[in-house]
Amino acid sequence: MLRMPEPDAVVLARRVQIAEDLRAMLPADSVIADEHQRRVYESDGLTAYRQLPMIVVLPETTAQVSQVLKYCSENNVKIVPRGAGTSLSGGALPLADGVTLGLGKFKQVLDIDLPNRCAVVQPGVTNLGVTQAVQHLGFYYAPDPSSQIACTIGGNVAENSGGVHCLKYGTTTNNILGLEMVLMDGEVIRIGGKHLDAELYDLMGVICGSEGLLGVITEVTVRILPRPATARALLIGFPSNETAGDCVANIISAGIIPGGMEMMDRPAIHAAEAFVHAGYPLDVEALLIVELDGPKAEVDELIERVRVIAESAGSVSLRISNTEAERESFWAGRKAAFPAVGRISPDYYCMDGTIPRGALAKVLNRMAELSEQYGLRVANVFHAGDGNLHPLILYDANKPGELEAAEDFGADILRLCVEVGGVLTGEHGVGVEKRDLMPEMFTEDDLKHQIRVKCAFDPEQLLNPGKVFPTLHRCAEMGRMHIRAGQMPFPDLPRF
Amino acid sequence: MTTDLRPADVTMLRDMVAMLVDRKAPTEIIGAGTKRAIGRPTNVEYLLDLSKLAGIHEYEPNELVLTCGAGTPLWTIESALESNNQQLAFEPMDYGPLLGGPAARGTIGGVLSANLSGPRRFKAGAARDHFLGVQAVSGRGEIFKGGGKVVKNVTGYDMCKLLAGSWGTLALMSEVTIKVLPAPEDTQTLVLHGQNVADAVAAMTLAAQSPHEVSGAAWLPESGETLLRIEGFPESVKARLAAMQALLAGLPGEQSILDAADSQARWQMVRDVEPLQATQEWPVWRISLPPASAPEVWQALMASVGVAGYLDWAGGLLWFAVDPGLADGGAGTIRGVLATNGGGHATLIRGAAGLRSGVAVFPPMSAGLEALQGRIKGNFDPNGILNRGRMAGF
Ligand SMILES: Cc1cc2nc3c(=O)[nH]c(=O)nc-3n(C[C@H](O)[C@H](O)[C@H](O)COP(=O)(O)OP(=O)(O)OC[C@H]3O[C@@H](n4cnc5c(N)ncnc54)[C@H](O)[C@@H]3O)c2cc1C
Repeated sequence: MLRMPEPDAVVLARRVQIAEDLRAMLPADSVIADEHQRRVYESDGLTAYRQLPMIVVLPETTAQVSQVLKYCSENNVKIVPRGAGTSLSGGALPLADGVTLGLGKFKQVLDIDLPNRCAVVQPGVTNLGVTQAVQHLGFYYAPDPSSQIACTIGGNVAENSGGVHCLKYGTTTNNILGLEMVLMDGEVIRIGGKHLDAELYDLMGVICGSEGLLGVITEVTVRILPRPATARALLIGFPSNETAGDCVANIISAGIIPGGMEMMDRPAIHAAEAFVHAGYPLDVEALLIVELDGPKAEVDELIERVRVIAESAGSVSLRISNTEAERESFWAGRKAAFPAVGRISPDYYCMDGTIPRGALAKVLNRMAELSEQYGLRVANVFHAGDGNLHPLILYDANKPGELEAAEDFGADILRLCVEVGGVLTGEHGVGVEKRDLMPEMFTEDDLKHQIRVKCAFDPEQLLNPGKVFPTLHRCAEMGRMHIRAGQMPFPDLPRF
Repeated sequence: MTTDLRPADVTMLRDMVAMLVDRKAPTEIIGAGTKRAIGRPTNVEYLLDLSKLAGIHEYEPNELVLTCGAGTPLWTIESALESNNQQLAFEPMDYGPLLGGPAARGTIGGVLSANLSGPRRFKAGAARDHFLGVQAVSGRGEIFKGGGKVVKNVTGYDMCKLLAGSWGTLALMSEVTIKVLPAPEDTQTLVLHGQNVADAVAAMTLAAQSPHEVSGAAWLPESGETLLRIEGFPESVKARLAAMQALLAGLPGEQSILDAADSQARWQMVRDVEPLQATQEWPVWRISLPPASAPEVWQALMASVGVAGYLDWAGGLLWFAVDPGLADGGAGTIRGVLATNGGGHATLIRGAAGLRSGVAVFPPMSAGLEALQGRIKGNFDPNGILNRGRMAGF
């Protein structure tokens, strides 16, 4: 298990006073100090980690967020922003000496602006809530994480969340236009608006995916898109992971970017079928769902092209949806894959590396070996279009040593992803979970440059410390220059 | 007098920057140097030319990624992509001719540093949306990398976004990884004739709100044409074009269609700001605005400071030339009109050196935002040697 920074004893000793001070600036029900009620916030989607927060606050306005942050900054109190708490990497894990700042009361859709194809929403609106606010107008919000009924837009921005449609439509960062954010010292900044492109440095691009370490997001302007005219899907079975991987590569090289392209391996297919009876073939090694969306003429044509590609790649079963109900049934098993795996094992641990797709067979074979070595089963669901793997490691937390084995197995999988040219996380974030693996991918200098961004926003490092970066460097120390005069290269170059 | 430095690899680049840091020597960074006339004029001692950091290092069409030296000419990349029926979906524009220079000379590093994009931007994103990974040397003389070489990645801060559009003021890119996508099999353009600005924005809005996936929407006031581009698989293009014709049939204006070859030429003209190339004395602004504000902004500016211009990005981008006699190049009026019409920002892309040293070339910001940007600059380039003063006070 990971270690979090040592709690600040001075702050802990002032807990009662701090709660009282916060009560003076917030509505009565917005400050939670009672242990029973704080318990609700002790964990997020990475349930193996738990920590009772010192205090929870639920402000209602940007001005209140600003006051809380200013106060905490002046009193050296740490802040952990929190949306719905569905992070799978422990991004919203509380700190013993920290205030968890929940955005649950920021629930309004402020503006729907069809001529400008955007909507302005508060950060606590759920991802699906944005689509629901505009769907009667024929529009939707494209990024669609599987957690969309629960997760918030603020959390999506903080994690740069994706979904099954992101190969074609992009992740959160490609679908937002503007932000309002409160910095740790209480300053409120506004970036972007209803227009495109940054004024100067692209701070929105940096904030997106910054995991609550740079500021508290209090408003988001999102792009909304007209709903595609049609969507149809193919459900294709393959005798091996290799042939399924070939099919994916051949679809892309034929110039087709499907709306969604998902793959499941044998254990995942069986778990899903047993759970939702989606009609998945059980005699195949890999199953591919390819969804084409867009104008009807295009979808009908591409369905045919993909069918030909799949058959020549060696598919052993192939169904094409002809109705919406049929298309949804193809997805039913994939969408229920996580809970389905939850049924066949007391606990599971979801990984999230990305690999170059060409390395898929190698990675899956190596994963099978690791599975034997650790004595733990693994089921794979895979955003095949963009190479984002979600191995689900099955374990039982009640058996001594199994959680640790699952974590070690997971770490080995992520190292493998980096080794084949991929990355540690495709959409779930680093959080606490992958924090200590960051050096597998980044050098000390790489990380220091990221921390220098952090230092520009939050020089005292009071926002969500202990996440993302394996070691905390003081910002003053980061500022030092390590260049020694006299040992310079090119001493003969003229100077002026 | 400046001294030219032309590193051949990243280690040499790092050592050169370390030397410049040590000497606190103001330095200008260039790729092919096609955009040197953009930004505030600066006084420098050194010119760091990255054009030797060129060449495609990895290109896997099936993985949709390409890694190359930052000094690689754009045309090298585009021709490699073309032979695999792929493209840069953000359709990078070429500033060369607008600034009075030759066409087609830019490098990919320059494209990313300026976050260039073309008419497809409102549908497919800008350069920043396709910038996946980077290796760079910061103004501290240290090599660092960010991002990765795969299309989906959230590991650590998105350093590519920070460098996209930073105009060489934070770090010098040595190697970049970009996302590439299939090129469309067919392209057609629906033209509406006799359009005023209100007609054009109404038509472009209707088109952009439709599910017909319009990938270009521009208005050219000289010819009174509204152009709507449809790309993709031939069957799909045909069906969508017919649907668009029907959708817009009730609006004013005769309709006609440009075939693939004519479309290509016309959109390149829109992309590279051809209507404003000829009269080099005109100061030219690039104005990003909420698309629905375009009619009001256009009318207010033409009635005051403007001489010519046109709309791209379905109304979200206004290329605008002003009267060369104006002391501030129209900066005050333009920014004032935007502020009272839903926001947006204006950058002076072409202007005489005197004008560029007198006005804010890049959009001014709130004090808080400017201070934050200044802290980032200070943390990446503590001695302020990289393109100092080009974008802002720092
Ligand atoms: C079953 C399940 C399926 C999932 N599927 C997907 C998927 O398909 N794709 C995907 O990308 N993710 C997925 N996730 C992960 C998770 O849902 C996303 O990361 C989501 O964006 C988190 O949103 P949240 O509101 O729950 O944020 P939280 O978990 O509360 O917080 C996440 C991080 O964001 C920060 N944060 C939250 N709100 C703010 C704010 N307003 N300002 C600043 N920082 C803030 C927190 O500090 C924390 O670091 C899944 C999770 C689960 C449990």
